[in-house]
Amino acid sequence: MTTVLEAKNINKYFRKPVLFHVIKDVSFRVEKGEFASIMGKSGCGKSTLLYILSTMDTDYEGELFLNDELVTGQSRQYLSYLRNKHIGFVFQFHYLLSEFSVLENVMLPAKKLAEKSFEEIEHSAMEKLKMLNIDHLGRKRASRISGGEKQRVAIARALINDPSIIMGDEPTGNLDSYNAENVFNIFKQLSDEKGLSLLVVTHDEDFASNTDRIIQMGDGRILS
Amino acid sequence: MTNWKVILNIAKTHLLTKIKQTSTAALGVTFGIGAYITLVCFMTGLNGMLDDLILNQTPHVHIYNEIEPSKEQPIALYDEFKNSFNVVHSIKPKLTQKKIHNALPIIKYLEEDENVRGVLPQVKTQIFYIAGSIELGGNLTGINPIDEERLFNMGDYIVEGSAEALQNTDNGILLGIGIAEKMSLHVGDRIQISPISGEVFPLKIVGFYQSGIADLDAIQSFTNVKSVQRILGEAENYITDINVKLHDIEQAVPLSKKIEQQFNLKAIDIKTANAQFETGTTIRNLITYAVSITLLIVAGFGIYNILNMLIYEKMNDIAILKATGFSGKDVQLIFMSQAMIIGFVGGILGLAIGLGLASFISTIPFQTEALPTVETYPVNIQPLFFIIGFTFAMLSTFLAGYLPSKKAKKIDPVRIIRGQ
Ligand SMILES: Nc1ncnc2c1ncn2[C@@H]1O[C@H](COP(=O)(O)OP(=O)(O)OP(=O)(O)O)[C@@H](O)[C@H]1O
Ligand SMILES: [Mg+2]
Repeated sequence: MTTVLEAKNINKYFRKPVLFHVIKDVSFRVEKGEFASIMGKSGCGKSTLLYILSTMDTDYEGELFLNDELVTGQSRQYLSYLRNKHIGFVFQFHYLLSEFSVLENVMLPAKKLAEKSFEEIEHSAMEKLKMLNIDHLGRKRASRISGGEKQRVAIARALINDPSIIMGDEPTGNLDSYNAENVFNIFKQLSDEKGLSLLVVTHDEDFASNTDRIIQMGDGRILS
Repeated sequence: MTNWKVILNIAKTHLLTKIKQTSTAALGVTFGIGAYITLVCFMTGLNGMLDDLILNQTPHVHIYNEIEPSKEQPIALYDEFKNSFNVVHSIKPKLTQKKIHNALPIIKYLEEDENVRGVLPQVKTQIFYIAGSIELGGNLTGINPIDEERLFNMGDYIVEGSAEALQNTDNGILLGIGIAEKMSLHVGDRIQISPISGEVFPLKIVGFYQSGIADLDAIQSFTNVKSVQRILGEAENYITDINVKLHDIEQAVPLSKKIEQQFNLKAIDIKTANAQFETGTTIRNLITYAVSITLLIVAGFGIYNILNMLIYEKMNDIAILKATGFSGKDVQLIFMSQAMIIGFVGGILGLAIGLGLASFISTIPFQTEALPTVETYPVNIQPLFFIIGFTFAMLSTFLAGYLPSKKAKKIDPVRIIRGQ
């Protein structure tokens, strides 16, 4: 089995307002096709860890590997490229560009990557929207759809470049149980059929219990 | 690798959704550039007109015999007082002729110089215009009318008649308009003139001369060189002034120095004669640029402000873009291109408005006694001004956009995402 993501002895400190050791010597790996969830008390450092793993936060100690390639210490320019190509991120809150249409929001990372033609990108964006039951919203402005719909658009956007791994910070937090289950099923399907790796922070016991592995966090450490 | 299509598309969307602020910023640039173009076209037009007024009719080098006291007084020649301190009171100017000695060979010599465009001899003399029992003092200058027209735009100052008519009329006179008005004379009439030495000569009026300087027009008239020589009873080599026009005005100073040394004559170059003139031109240019730069700085602050505000409003967008794989440089380029688009659109509009205003000014009637050939306000529309104006617009918007976009580049997405 190949390893998609590996963290080795990650430590992080917040220096303000007082020195605070948030992440304490965290090491773990996510294999290809694995669907892992992270659980833990509020404030134990889940989001902080996820920002480090997503390469957005570079202020940490330890080593991070993505597809067996050392990510720690790379230039910001290159990290941007890695995020664009290999990592799909779904935020705790739905983050969309409110002035663009739903379709444009989904297409943007692919346009940035510029590996496919416009038609191909549009086609695959429509497919992702269809998969999430929101294809009818494609032409709508992103600011004019409901919270749950926004969350699904964000998931479609995270999938657009067929990344190696999807990271989610409570991606179903704003969804009703029907749609939460739908999103879970899509994730599960992608991991089973397409070999997509997932690392999802969640407070939802049901959600977590159906994933391949639960990583328990407490006070900045991995408990199990 | 920069994906311009995506970046420009995002910039465009941002600008279009904030069309009010965007157009305000662009209008600032438009006014700055419009004012610059209008001002610079008008001011340089004015400069050009004043240049024409003075420089075109002024010879580049004017050669004549100055009446001045001898630098060496006779006592200096006397050996016995050589070692003593001599004081000479009441020095009188040396008695010399006004005539330039060897004028014709000098003219020939100058004509062979490759820097020289033309050499024109003149004969100046004082005369009286006689009307009945009244005698009006004045100047009569003998010229070669056609050459004067060619080299010194004499034709611009002939309000009736022509240089050809003077050239072709024996004993013709081109009368100063002031004299004509005083004596109620018309073209075709005859006028009596008399040189200081007495005799009276009738001359036929072939035209009127108006320089725009009233004092001059009340005394100055022109005739052929030959006619003056005849009136004065002098030979063909009697020349009092030589006017030189050069190909390059910068050569005036060295040439006049050379002539003074070589021929022991007075040679005044145009720079010395019109030193105060350049100051006026410089100051007008200074005003033009000071006003335009001020306007552009104001416009620049407008852009700076609006971009800062836009970046503040778009914090979320910036964080999302960065999280989904846009680099800091991409984000900076997005905001830089917004500034440049504002500068480009505002600049082009400004050029158009400037061109419109300048063209409009050039149609406004502007008539003045002093400038007989000018009918509308002088405007000098040059492609160079438009290039400068456009560069100005792009440069100022670049500077105004640089700092805010740099800030956008540095925004940490994690902080924004946490902040929500
Ligand atoms: N910028 C910061 N400066 C200092 N301390 C911070 C900062 N951001 C977060 N923290 C602290 O770090 C700890 C971990 O925060 P984090 O957001 O990772 O928690 P979490 O596990 O995601 O919680 P939740 O489940 O509520 O989202 C918290 O105690 C928080 O107070
Ligand atoms: Mg969190």
